[in-house]
Amino acid sequence: MTEETIRAFVRRAIEDIAPDADLDALDPRASLREELDLDSMDFLALVRAIHAALGVAIPETDYAKIDSLDGCVAYVLRALAAPA
Amino acid sequence: MTEHDVLAEAGLDGLPGGGLNIAYEALDRHATDRVALRWLAKAGGREDVTYAELRRRSARFANAMASLGLSPGDAVFVLSGRVPELYVTALGALRAQLVFCPLFAAFGPEPIRVRLAEGRGRVLVTTQRQYERKVAALRSSLPDLAHVILIDGEAEGCLGWSALVGAASDAHTIAPTDPETPALLHFTSGTTGAPKGALHVHGAVVHHHQSARHALDLRPGDTYWCTADPGWVTGTSYGIIAPLTVGVTMIVDEAEMDVERWYTILEEERVEVWYTSPTAIRVLIRAGEALARRRDLSRLRFAASVGEPLDPESVVWGERALGRPFHDNWWQTETGGIMIANVPGAPIKPGSMGKPLPGVEAAIVEERGGALVEVTAPGVEGELALRPGWPSMMRAYLNAPERYAKCFRDGWYLSGDRAKRDADGYFWFVGRADDIIKSAGHLIGPFEVESALVEHAAVAEAAAIGKPDAVAGEIVKAFVVLHQGVERSAALDRDLMAHARRRLGPAVAPREIAIVEELPKTRSGKVLRRLLRARELGLPEGDTSTLLTSKGDEP
Repeated sequence: MTEETIRAFVRRAIEDIAPDADLDALDPRASLREELDLDSMDFLALVRAIHAALGVAIPETDYAKIDSLDGCVAYVLRALAAPA
Repeated sequence: MTEHDVLAEAGLDGLPGGGLNIAYEALDRHATDRVALRWLAKAGGREDVTYAELRRRSARFANAMASLGLSPGDAVFVLSGRVPELYVTALGALRAQLVFCPLFAAFGPEPIRVRLAEGRGRVLVTTQRQYERKVAALRSSLPDLAHVILIDGEAEGCLGWSALVGAASDAHTIAPTDPETPALLHFTSGTTGAPKGALHVHGAVVHHHQSARHALDLRPGDTYWCTADPGWVTGTSYGIIAPLTVGVTMIVDEAEMDVERWYTILEEERVEVWYTSPTAIRVLIRAGEALARRRDLSRLRFAASVGEPLDPESVVWGERALGRPFHDNWWQTETGGIMIANVPGAPIKPGSMGKPLPGVEAAIVEERGGALVEVTAPGVEGELALRPGWPSMMRAYLNAPERYAKCFRDGWYLSGDRAKRDADGYFWFVGRADDIIKSAGHLIGPFEVESALVEHAAVAEAAAIGKPDAVAGEIVKAFVVLHQGVERSAALDRDLMAHARRRLGPAVAPREIAIVEELPKTRSGKVLRRLLRARELGLPEGDTSTLLTSKGDEP
């Protein structure tokens, strides 16, 4: 899976959870929770969506690492590349 | 006993000139160099604010309010994350006999507008970001809102915190305050109608203080962490007032919950007493016991939980993972403070809310022959009721005397919660007597959600229910009926969700919206939310007793 595919998936997942969010104006390095007004339940929904569709389980202790679009994409990419 | 004796027995001082003021009990009477508030910034970094310094800052705030022409009884609202200025606003407003009303920072514009209008907010303390996103467009519809003070940044039509508050004098003596003077306004949700503003008085501090000592084991000098946001009543009664009156060091974390961050705070700040919520505990449990065991939590002396019934498994998990069981307790916005608790030193019954605190008379009541009677037989379900008269009882629902009067009957305050009492006098939560949704420990009124949805051009009718959720207890799910001729589409689904979130904010907006052909109704046309909920859960539709008992603690 390419970085672009993952990025497109994460964006779509965020749009499903928070369709009020303006992703085009989002700084990909900024905090998703902060910039898009996501609360912890929204964030959990994103984690579940990534797990369900891409098979990447993200433990609670890693949530800080996926709190930006870039961070999230990089995390998923690394997880998919790692030997199972 | 004189009033002074009563206060002395309660561990309070009273104002030197007579009366009782929360800010005096919280700050002035012990304005020492002890750290009152240890603020942990989201981005890292910290600030320690001593009791003496917090008194000075609150005095500046009180003087600033006077310079704006505010007088006792005027309402000061705050809409911000957990930053020191929020605490200064609360205490400064209280010392000036203004009414303090906190708003949850994740509210959208509509909940903010309704509360500011209902509470006739004169001053709003907020941040530039919150203001520009949510408040600026509301200004013209809020004629009572004379001043907006920005903690950071600037915006047209707003005052700056540092120029106004920072520059004010820190000389301020609290004027004589009658204990019945309004002090705190907390909005809570009803099944129908707008949110209700429960008004509390300065005299409530007697119960805040005593209950913190009895139910939370708070002692002077403790390091204490209440994780609740002051936007909800727990975060004010036990996240600002009670701990300061006891003289503890309060930990205030600006950031949202993060498991590693929380364990680091518990360990490195050497937290001794911890007050948190079932939702937070469930998140910790999911993250695994090993994370807790890696930490040195030996300083933790007492752990408590409130917001919704704590399941037995969570109580026991606390004992195993943290070395301390969670002590569940029960109270409401209307009660102002803890009423029923598993207290230190008494055996915990996991799953139970505990027993009434000293001075609190609680009972299970039911209607018999048109009157309320107390059910004394153990294990029998009824409505949880309290004998009115405790100090932190609400004194009014703002602008709604009939709704207030309806809470009291035949000498009881009716909580709206169904419960039972066992033979040992412990109370057990059964369910809500109404359709109010409880998500992450916060009450959400279905009416508020439905009103926002029907404002959408495509929506004819809407109903909101609580759907069981493994983490939040319940999430809000909405059912909508579209206007005739409106086509369903994925774009419409998104637009409905976007509309709800923009109006209500993530804390109140539904997490799921289902489009349906029609809503089940009574013959008089009232929507049967209970039936919707039964269908959602796959329960038999006719069996309402099953509905009641299934509320509350879902796995």
